[in-house]
Amino acid sequence: MSTDRIEKRVVLRAPRSRVWRAISDAKEFGTWFRITLDGAFVAGKTVRGSHGSFKVEFRVERIEPERYFSYRWHPYPDPAKDYSGEPMTLVEFTLEEAEGGGTLLTIVESGFDRIPLARRVEAFRMNTEGWIGQIKNLERYVS
Amino acid sequence: MSRSRGAARQASDAVPLFTALADATRLGLLRRLAVDGPLSITRLSEGTGVTRQAVTKHLNTLGNVGLVRHARRGRERVWELERKRLEKARVYLDQIAAQWDAAAARLKAFVEDR
Repeated sequence: MSTDRIEKRVVLRAPRSRVWRAISDAKEFGTWFRITLDGAFVAGKTVRGSHGSFKVEFRVERIEPERYFSYRWHPYPDPAKDYSGEPMTLVEFTLEEAEGGGTLLTIVESGFDRIPLARRVEAFRMNTEGWIGQIKNLERYVS
Repeated sequence: MSRSRGAARQASDAVPLFTALADATRLGLLRRLAVDGPLSITRLSEGTGVTRQAVTKHLNTLGNVGLVRHARRGRERVWELERKRLEKARVYLDQIAAQWDAAAARLKAFVEDR
């Protein structure tokens, strides 16, 4: 198992254009990602997002309509710390036609091997409660 | 559902592990053991500017979460890494992966709605 990347593949029963809008339109992205973004996604531009005290910057890398969208960020940043100069991870969304209809979405986040262990520890500590909360939400949602 | 509880349990189990890791001196000791281990406390204290007592305390903290263990080598007590346990630091990636699972599930519900 790679320690550098996470890959998720999911088939969405919706046309590619619909999925593309949900990912590339900052407002729609914010709805399902649960974050408020302060601008549109434009290649080379930085968009700031917040959700309560959680703040994160999306540095948009590349946009290929209906096919590919990528950005860099600092996974789970601590608002009290300065991360300028620290390595970022790359998040990539790739859309394809799914066999039998719908859209196959692949999400890849990579570059974790360059994140110092101490930072991973910090990110983990910050995020543990949030994660357990997510699982509880999910349990409520499915039961 | 039971799988989610398992994941939650795994997460809470990882907290002491990461707390033990969140210290520059302890990370330094782990690095030394990874490169040169097994080592005695005397060797581990050399050049660190940390007293033997402090090193012992840090090693016990790491030992309590199963990251290191001690063994006898002749008349000497040496410390070595529990590599298996250290690999659990991957919990960090597992956790981010779980966040993406949750985000992808929300996206799915969002685009498949009606």
